Formats: sequence, C-alpha cells, structure tokens
Amino acid sequence: MLRFLGKRILQLIPTMLIISLLIFIVLDFMPGDQVQAYLGVGSEVSPARQEQIREQLGLNEPLPVQYLLWLGRVARGDLGRTNIYNADVSDVIFGFIWNSFLLNIFALIFALLIAIPVGIKSAVKKYGLFDNFFTVFSLAGVSMPTFFFALILIFLFARNIDWIPLNGMRTPIMAVRGYESLWQNITDVGRHMILPVTVLTMTSLATLTRYTRNSVIEVINQDYIRTARSKGLKEKVVIYKHAFRNALLPLITILGMWVPALFGGAILLETVFLWPGIGRVLLNGITSQDLSLVMATLVFYALLRVIGNLLADVSYGLADPRVRVK
Amino acid sequence: MTEANVEEKVNAPRLKPEGPWKIAWKRFKKNKIAVVGGVSFILIVLAVIIIPMIYAFNLWRDVEGVTTGQLIRETVNVDLRAQEFQLANSEQPPSRENLLGTDRQGRDVMFRLFYGGRISMMVGVLSAFLTVTLGTLVGGVAGYYGGKIDAFLMRFAEIVQSIPFLPMMMVISAAMRWVPSEQTMLVVVFVVGILSWPGLSRVVRGQILSLREQEFMQATEILGISDTSRIVRHLLPNVLAYIIVSATLGMGGAILLEAGLSFLGLGVSPPMPSWGNMIQTARNSTVFQSYPWIWVPPGMMIMFTVISVNLLGEGLRDAFDPKEIR
Repeated sequence: MLRFLGKRILQLIPTMLIISLLIFIVLDFMPGDQVQAYLGVGSEVSPARQEQIREQLGLNEPLPVQYLLWLGRVARGDLGRTNIYNADVSDVIFGFIWNSFLLNIFALIFALLIAIPVGIKSAVKKYGLFDNFFTVFSLAGVSMPTFFFALILIFLFARNIDWIPLNGMRTPIMAVRGYESLWQNITDVGRHMILPVTVLTMTSLATLTRYTRNSVIEVINQDYIRTARSKGLKEKVVIYKHAFRNALLPLITILGMWVPALFGGAILLETVFLWPGIGRVLLNGITSQDLSLVMATLVFYALLRVIGNLLADVSYGLADPRVRVK
Repeated sequence: MTEANVEEKVNAPRLKPEGPWKIAWKRFKKNKIAVVGGVSFILIVLAVIIIPMIYAFNLWRDVEGVTTGQLIRETVNVDLRAQEFQLANSEQPPSRENLLGTDRQGRDVMFRLFYGGRISMMVGVLSAFLTVTLGTLVGGVAGYYGGKIDAFLMRFAEIVQSIPFLPMMMVISAAMRWVPSEQTMLVVVFVVGILSWPGLSRVVRGQILSLREQEFMQATEILGISDTSRIVRHLLPNVLAYIIVSATLGMGGAILLEAGLSFLGLGVSPPMPSWGNMIQTARNSTVFQSYPWIWVPPGMMIMFTVISVNLLGEGLRDAFDPKEIR
C-alpha cells in the first residue's frame, strides 16, 4: 500500500508541472499588461521606470524562461502580488478559500444526510412512487443550471422574507462596526448561508441520491443478500446491516471527487450570491486581468483536482484490495 | 438422414436474425419516457428553427414592393432587423404584440428566446460533435495501436482530465475575447470540446482493446484487410452505441456550460442572444426584480431542453445495453 501511495504521489509532480505549463501558455494569450497590474491601475510611472520593472519581473525573457522563473518563485513560496486585493496572492487565496469551504462543507453534510436514506428507500422499492419521484427530482436537478435555480429562489423567497439576506456573507454595517459577540457573528454568517447552502445541497442531492440508489440496487441483487433473507432475517437488518454497509464502499471512494468541490466548487453560485469565495477571486482576477492572481488560482484548482483523484484512487485501493495489484 | 429430409432442411424458411440496430430501436420505442424526451427534443429544434422565421416573415410581408423571392429569402435567412433597438418600446410587460414583453433595448423577448435557442442548441450540437470526434480519435488510436502510443495518449488524457474544468474554460474564453461577437459561440464550442474529450476517449480505448482480441478481428488480420478499413468498418460500428449516447448526453452538458459561461460574461457575447446571456441580464438588480419575463423564459427553455436531451440519451443507453432489462 505504501509503495502504491508513494508511486502515485511521485506521479503528481510531472502532472502538475505539465498542467501549470499549459496554464502558463494559455495565460500568455490573455490581454493585460503585467507591469500595469504590478503598479496598480491609473498609476503614472515614467516609461523608463516601467521598462525597469518589466526587466525586474523577467517579462522580457522568452516564455520558457519566464515559466522557469515563475516556477523558481513558487518554489520559494512567492506567488506574486495582486493589485485588486492589494496583498500577496497566497494570502488572498488562503484568505478566501475558507469561505468557499464553509458553504460546501455544510451543503455536503446536508446532502449526504438526505441522500443516503432517500437512496436506500428508492433502491428497496425500485420504480415505486417514492423512487419515481426522486428520479424526476434528480433529473430536474441535473438539468437545471444551478445559477438559474439560485436566481429563482432569491426571486421567490428572499424578496418576501426579510430575515433571509439576498447575497453577501455578512451584513455590511455589522461587519464594519464589528460584531458584539461571537454568537452574533455566527448567526449573521449563518443567515447569509441559508440560500446558497440550500441551492448547493439540492444540486448535490440530485447526483448523490442516484449514486446511492444504484449502488444499493447492485448490492441487493447479490447472492449473500438472498442468503441473509432466506435465513429469515428481518428486512430491516438485511438492508441496513448487510446491504448498506457494502453499498457504502463505492460512496466512500467518491470522497476524492469531493475534494475539489469542497474548496473550489460553485464559482457560478458565488457569483450569484456575491459570496466572497475563491471562485469570485478567480472571476475578479480574470475580469481585471490580474495574471499572477489568475495563474496562482488556476494552479491551486488543478492541485485540488489532482489530489482529489489521488484520494479517490487510494480510497479505492483501501476499499477493494483487488485494485492494489500494480 | 434421407435425401428428402435434407431437402426439407434446406428449404425451411431461414430465420433472419435481427440486427443490433433494429433491436435497439424496438427497445427504445417501448421506453415511453425516452420517446417523450426524443419527441420534445425534436419539437424544440423545430421551434428554434421555425419561430424566428415567422417573425422575419411578418416583418418583411409589410414592407412595400417586396418580391416573393425576396420574402422567401429574408424569411429563411431571418433578418436581424427584428433585433434592432427600439428604446422607446423598452421593458414592456408581456402583451399581444410582444408575447413575452420586451427587454431593456426594446427588443422582443420571444424572438430573442428562440433565436438565442438556435445559438444555444448549435453550441450544444457542435461541442458534442467536437468532443466525440476528439475522444473517438484519441481513444481509437490508443486502443488500436497500443504500446507506447497508448501509454502516451492515455497519460495525456489523464492530464487534460486533471485540468480544472470550469476555471480553465473561463480563462481560455477570456484569452479569446478578440473574437468578434458573432463568433463567440465558436469559442464556447472550442473550449468545451478541447476539455471534455478524455472521458469518452477512455471508454472507446477500453472497448477497442477488448474487441481487438476477439476472433472476428483476428479474422480481419488473416484476411489482410487494411488498417483503415479494419478501424472504420469493423471496430467503429461496435463502439458507435457508446459514441451516440455520450454525444447526446454531452450535448445537454454543453448547453448548461454555455449558459454558465455566458452568465459569467465569458460565453456568447451580446448583442447575439443565447439562453445563457439572456439570463445574464438578471445580474442587473432592476431587471432581476421588476422584469422577470426577460430572464425567466430562457432558464426554463434550458431546463426543458436539457431534460429532454438527458431522457433521450438515457433511453438510448438502455436501448443499446443488452444487459439492462426492465
């Protein structure tokens, strides 16, 4: 197992290098002047000084050299500075990432709490009324653009119920004045989370219920379930003790897939709800052509995704010893 | 065995075995839900083709001195004069003249809804086509030639798959903003296509790997049939079912992606309408709160279209899959 893990981790390095190189090349086509971004919009500096900065940032070098320079800086932990947030890129990313995490972790917990019982019930009474209802529900869930669903929810509910805020993460006045207590801080953020978490939960629910259902159906058709039934065990015991435990395994193995979603998902929802998460950072970076910010955010996303794949592989290996052969 | 007996055997009516396409079609027809999906998909396609034509026809019919030939030509081409700004007539609620009201620029929302539908559907079809072409090509070559080529291509597919999907699409579209607005839909097709092929390429490769070992392929080798003919005539028909299903489902996905990208302002750019950029108008709070007829209908259209495409795709998958018995 350790060798398998070690080999996989070593494979990460070339993958990340190639991905970051690809991103670097794409970004080279992006309009936007890095010197201007470095100096800040509207700042007036003599052309000579601009040229000096250009030289300093290594922008006069050919692209491969620029990439190597960037790599060198990253290795030293320097992701560059961003102008729109007037801070170090690494600080911005690690500052906003937790806001995204906050939304997604709650959505995931709620989705799992609902999806597992619903999935089991659908599987037990396949093609029953309950199952059909959730089949339609998940079909609608995967077919509707999430941001449109969010807009509809805001349109219908938040306009009429005034204690549900439309967007943002904190009430501006409270955030500026400072919260009186920790409790007030929590409730304020909590109220702002109601709508985005609802939307996220519903959309994750759509795929998770299907996944649980299909996984349970597969297990129920196995011989040992028939054996358990013919022993005269109660149906409840058969389903929850024998079937569900094994059906859970594939569910655990998709854990890896959730990693990128947990930290980076929901770019569109963060836009709709003006939630200050990492997705907004990326979009802001793109629209204001802040290349070092965009580069770092993208590489960060790629890293999450690669680690997620690794976790999926590893948990697969843990759950099913047959996979570990190579 | 007497001679008469042999004669009888030879003259017995030969049972013509049903081809796989015929079986699939029979199974598909039995699946009511899938047929509903297919029919509504065809209806939507017809609607986005015909309704803009009716608008153009009505517009040109009233023009003095128009010849029949010209009328037909303008109707088929759909004259974009129906798109001209009429600021005096802006933000009208639905009425008899404008069934879905008018937008901020005074353009008829109904016309834009169906004309934009053409764009969104086109993006879906073309992206699916590009994805399928790339996926089949890479998967086919990898599976057929095996060895180093296979290892290289699959490693490459794995890397492309590790690229964060939506963020990378956003950046590539942003880097391609120099494309004139009428052609931005092709940018969307391009970004969706070049990032979505790896999934299909793996399936195709796996299929071809296992087919290659089967007897009929050994027979083609002994008969000395050329590589091209072996791939096109003997291998591809066997994976066609997978390709059709993934093209159908991919189309729904591409329509959703177009909507998402356009909503972020990185997809099809106005004045060219698309369902995504029509919903984008909801990011303006006045439009969002007071003129829902501008942004709700395109969202609904997306949902109906993607639902019917998904139903169709799943129906096709079940029809082609001999193991699935309902």
